[in-house]
Amino acid sequence: MKVSLSRTWRVSKGLAYREPVVTLPALKRARRSTVVLKYTMAVSGLIMVGYLLLHMYGNLKVFAGQDGFDEYAHHLRTFGEPMLPHEGLLWIVRVVLLAAVVLHVYSAVRLAVRDRKAAGYKNGTRYHSKQNRRGVQRSYATFTLRWGGLVIALFIVYHLLHLTGNQIHPGGASDSPYERVVNGFEIWWVYLSYVVAMLAVGFHLWHGIWSAFTSLGQNRADTRRGSRLTALAWVLTLVIVVGFLLPPTAIFFFGLGS
Amino acid sequence: MRIFIRAWRQKNAEAEGKMVTYALDGVSEHMSFLEMLDVLNEQLTFEGEDPIAFDSDCREGICGMCGIVINGLAHGPEVTTTCQLHMRSFKDGDHIDIEPWRAKAFPVIKDLVVDRGAFDRIIQAGGYISAPTGSAPEANAAPVAKHDADDAFSAATCIACGACVAACPNGSAMLFTAAKVTHLGLLPQGQPERDSRVINMVAQHDAEGFGGCTNIGECTASCPKGIPLSTIARLNRDLLGALSRGEA
Repeated sequence: MKVSLSRTWRVSKGLAYREPVVTLPALKRARRSTVVLKYTMAVSGLIMVGYLLLHMYGNLKVFAGQDGFDEYAHHLRTFGEPMLPHEGLLWIVRVVLLAAVVLHVYSAVRLAVRDRKAAGYKNGTRYHSKQNRRGVQRSYATFTLRWGGLVIALFIVYHLLHLTGNQIHPGGASDSPYERVVNGFEIWWVYLSYVVAMLAVGFHLWHGIWSAFTSLGQNRADTRRGSRLTALAWVLTLVIVVGFLLPPTAIFFFGLGS
Repeated sequence: MRIFIRAWRQKNAEAEGKMVTYALDGVSEHMSFLEMLDVLNEQLTFEGEDPIAFDSDCREGICGMCGIVINGLAHGPEVTTTCQLHMRSFKDGDHIDIEPWRAKAFPVIKDLVVDRGAFDRIIQAGGYISAPTGSAPEANAAPVAKHDADDAFSAATCIACGACVAACPNGSAMLFTAAKVTHLGLLPQGQPERDSRVINMVAQHDAEGFGGCTNIGECTASCPKGIPLSTIARLNRDLLGALSRGEA
């Protein structure tokens, strides 16, 4: 029997017996392992969850009216002055957040590429059976996590152009952040795209929060359903999704600000 | 009953494989899945065809040799090993797809037989204790908490069948590796090498080309020994501690 030799696999006894050739010591390999990539995903993800909570709190200021909301937006820029420069806090948050996003995406891509290879796909197929394609207990959220991440990334680009950078302004431009929000969310497709994005965020969080804590070693329950982390994931997901959907819904359906 | 077996046929490690369908009559619902395959192989031999190669050894659910993906599920529709699955789990006229464990780290040797040497090398990397423990110690000399003893024992029931890898959409062997780390890490004998064990075993797990864990639990759902998902969190916790101490 002929077995192909490769640089990374040692083949012996002329049979299919083979073993990987490693050059780095185990400690270094463990530091670069998939588990460490998962720690990176977890920590960067939890930083973003923390940011989402702060962001959501800011959004809810819409209910304080135009003055309250615009004042809050202004205060974010002057926070900590004169100890911090103008927009100092915002820039700190932006740098931390950008680092988290870069690390999160980098780890996700590295893992996804590796996982795809590891699962032994050949010509796009792993198992030829058409039965039980959805496995035993995998959920919609875990199935779509990677694609959901892409949806969220695209949404964030559009969202930054719309409400942060003010480059695109559906419904009319304004210097007042409050008016920009109200003008935008009075339009059906702006509202709809926001709802879709929040659903993607919700699915991502529901599995992501559980997964982050588990990756960091915090799960002590035998089953996922029995884990307190599942309850935590549910609560945080619902709080964040509902919290984010309240202001646009109030604007679109109940005429807030018009 | 009459069933149709659609089996993965692959001549050797190098050959391209394909699914081939065989009809089989006179299958009793009391047959185990492997007995059914034995009957099919007799029929194939009688017809002058190459019998389907599959692994099996104890046929009582404790050795971990018989791994077959049945209808897309590792070990088939019941949570047990393939040898303990019976034909009563299927109906007359069923089409049953049988395929080998599919993972980069488990190359197919022939038909349904894969090389699970990767698991042996993960064990060699640290799934043991090197201290000579002598004969059984006096039972009360080193007390072990009941829940630790229970968890260690339930982790130790892992038979290294590889169903976790076959079921995992990422081809990760984290449940297997974690079971071995947990089993020794919870007991006093395992403590001196606890850090180096998790470091070496995770390093070997990755060198073998297994994927990463995404904590979805598909492995635990197909594990014939019911190894719990919390073992993976324990491995993550142990590795975090070991890396922060930085010694292998």
